[in-house]
Amino acid sequence: MRNEDEKTFEGLADGDYKYGFVTDIESDSLPPGLSEEVVREISRRKEEPDWLTEWRVKAYHHWTTLEEPTWAKVEFPPIDYQALSYYSAPKQKIAAPKNLDEVDPELLETYEKLGIPLREQEVLAGVVAVDAVFDSVSVATTFKGKLEEMGIIFGSFSDAVKEYPELVKKYLGSVVPYKDNYYATLNSAVFSDGSFCYVPPGVRCPMELSTYFRINAANTGQFERTLLIADEGAYVSYLEGCTAPQRDENQLHAAVVELIAHKDAQIKYSTVQNWYPGDKDGKGGIYNFVTKRGHCRGDNAKISWTQVETGSAITWKYPSCILKGDNSVGEFYSVAVTNNMQQADTGTKMIHIGKNTSSTIISKGISAGKAQNSYRGMVKVVETAENARNFSQCDSMLIGDRCGAHTFPYIDVNNPTAQVEHEATTTKIGEDQIFYCNQRGISTEDAIGMIVNGFCREVFQELPMEFAVEAQKLLSVSLEGSVG
Amino acid sequence: MLQIRNLKAGIDGQAILKGINLEIKPGEVHAIMGPNGSGKSTLSQVLADNENYTVDGGSITYQGRDLLELNAEQRALEGIFMAFQYPVEIPGFNNETFLRTALNAQRKHRGEVEYDAFDFAQVAKEKMKLLELDPGLMKRSLNVGFSGGEKKRNECFQMAMLEPSLAILDETDSGLDIDALRIVSQGINALRREDRAVLLITHYQRLLEYIVPDHVHVLADGQIVRSGGKELASELEKTGYGWLDDKAATAGGR
Repeated sequence: MRNEDEKTFEGLADGDYKYGFVTDIESDSLPPGLSEEVVREISRRKEEPDWLTEWRVKAYHHWTTLEEPTWAKVEFPPIDYQALSYYSAPKQKIAAPKNLDEVDPELLETYEKLGIPLREQEVLAGVVAVDAVFDSVSVATTFKGKLEEMGIIFGSFSDAVKEYPELVKKYLGSVVPYKDNYYATLNSAVFSDGSFCYVPPGVRCPMELSTYFRINAANTGQFERTLLIADEGAYVSYLEGCTAPQRDENQLHAAVVELIAHKDAQIKYSTVQNWYPGDKDGKGGIYNFVTKRGHCRGDNAKISWTQVETGSAITWKYPSCILKGDNSVGEFYSVAVTNNMQQADTGTKMIHIGKNTSSTIISKGISAGKAQNSYRGMVKVVETAENARNFSQCDSMLIGDRCGAHTFPYIDVNNPTAQVEHEATTTKIGEDQIFYCNQRGISTEDAIGMIVNGFCREVFQELPMEFAVEAQKLLSVSLEGSVG
Repeated sequence: MLQIRNLKAGIDGQAILKGINLEIKPGEVHAIMGPNGSGKSTLSQVLADNENYTVDGGSITYQGRDLLELNAEQRALEGIFMAFQYPVEIPGFNNETFLRTALNAQRKHRGEVEYDAFDFAQVAKEKMKLLELDPGLMKRSLNVGFSGGEKKRNECFQMAMLEPSLAILDETDSGLDIDALRIVSQGINALRREDRAVLLITHYQRLLEYIVPDHVHVLADGQIVRSGGKELASELEKTGYGWLDDKAATAGGR
């Protein structure tokens, strides 16, 4: 009897990471190391205009003066930035594929295995347009033509630099300046590709836009950059998915996402992050050090971040909103799951500048195994933000008794008309709850799945339908065998 | 249906059950009575396979199978139900979803068609009436914010829905007022059938005024010291458990 139970509780700790395969593809990589020359070489290979090269070089020099931040509640050995390769592109037989038929079949197969169909006819009813980023390079974008008819620009960052240099120049670094922080500065120097999207005034993007990030090459950092602009009265919903092969060494992912919402515009940005988390002893996994920020630039603008973070060895990420326009709205809905040896320090920043601005923060942290899960959030109301409103709710769930949950709320209010509310709860899935479920005939896995899904419901209902289903499945996989 | 032979069990290395012998036949209702600390709840927890308890000897046979080979979930699927003395709260787990999931797990195990929300509502409506349960409770998180009486009635409602072969009620009567006791008893009596058995664990005789047992056993210091018919319960009501101490003193030679 006892052996049987131990199997149910402990044996599944190696919950399979089914995206852990490696694609055998020739890649064109720079040798490890970082210097001004490397930065210039990346820019040269990407045939970038001088202003961008110089911007990168400025960022590089600024980076050399910075020190890695240590305030987050995460622990990891020092990263040797000279041991990383800063550029890896899948070597394509044809330099720049014009359409999917020219894309290396190995790559298409990789995305099919990941469940991301890139052939448009395979994409269900055309509800999602996908930009696929493999290692550092965007390999394919679907529905580009159809979107162009509506004036929507959606594609790789590199293409945007060539085709719409004025737009890129106008907005790049306008939300996350190159001096912003250690990882964002590094990204500014060496970013290789990413997605770019511009929705013109008054246009409501008819489909979900999606970027799918895949790290393949070993010893490579992935530094992509996403820039998304919703012009006056525009609407766009954007999805981001991430996976990586299972490798024993840690890999660095330091991305930057900038969102700009003009007057009356609305951006909904959803992420399901499932980078390889490392094995149960903490070997390997992705370091996900990401800077994401949205700017409600005009009145009545709205930016919503929804994230489901299940992967990565370490997550360091604070998707934020700067609420500059009057009546603008910022939202942050987050589920962060950590199991085994994973560490997450994640949350948001809501900066209220305009009048009548409001923000909502719903954060659900789930911690299992020996994992550490921290919510870190800031609500700042500056002098000009008359009648600012914020509501924050931070709930933590502990599974087992070897994990930790922490909450670090920072509230800085400089206007007496502001209303800021903060609620926090901590719950625990205990053996008594599992026993109760078992006694009614419900298996341990199902019990945890349902308890956790109930806990996260408020966040899941913010996700687009197909993502919500995926997120629920992901959660049960990442928590397999977590009670014991 | 259930044969317990010389069962020894304990918790944290401390022996609590010191050789229990008990046989329950289909259709029977057995009551186990005894003072606090006599091992009543330990017996129910061991029958349900609560991992905190260890079985140190003896055997339990259920429907011809070695029960100790089965884990808690398997036992439930085979028709053993325990109404908890302290029903567990699970925030965020909807009461109705919980019960439907459990019922479907059991139906699936028996090779029966699973209930959708509609079928479930049909069946639940009638049983809810029997237990005078507020339908609003189904929409709430499992046992969260339920009153003591609501929790116990919810346990009996689950039992009525799951229709177990062997129902173990662990001090279901404790903390109930007289109305709640009557309602809960209705639920238990409705379950009685010739192919089902009930094991009532109770401290007080008053429950047995509503549910008339076929056999009454007195548990003291981990052993069944007396067995008899329903009249034994009334006798205990008069004499209390004090005589057990005398008996233990004699037996122990103190």
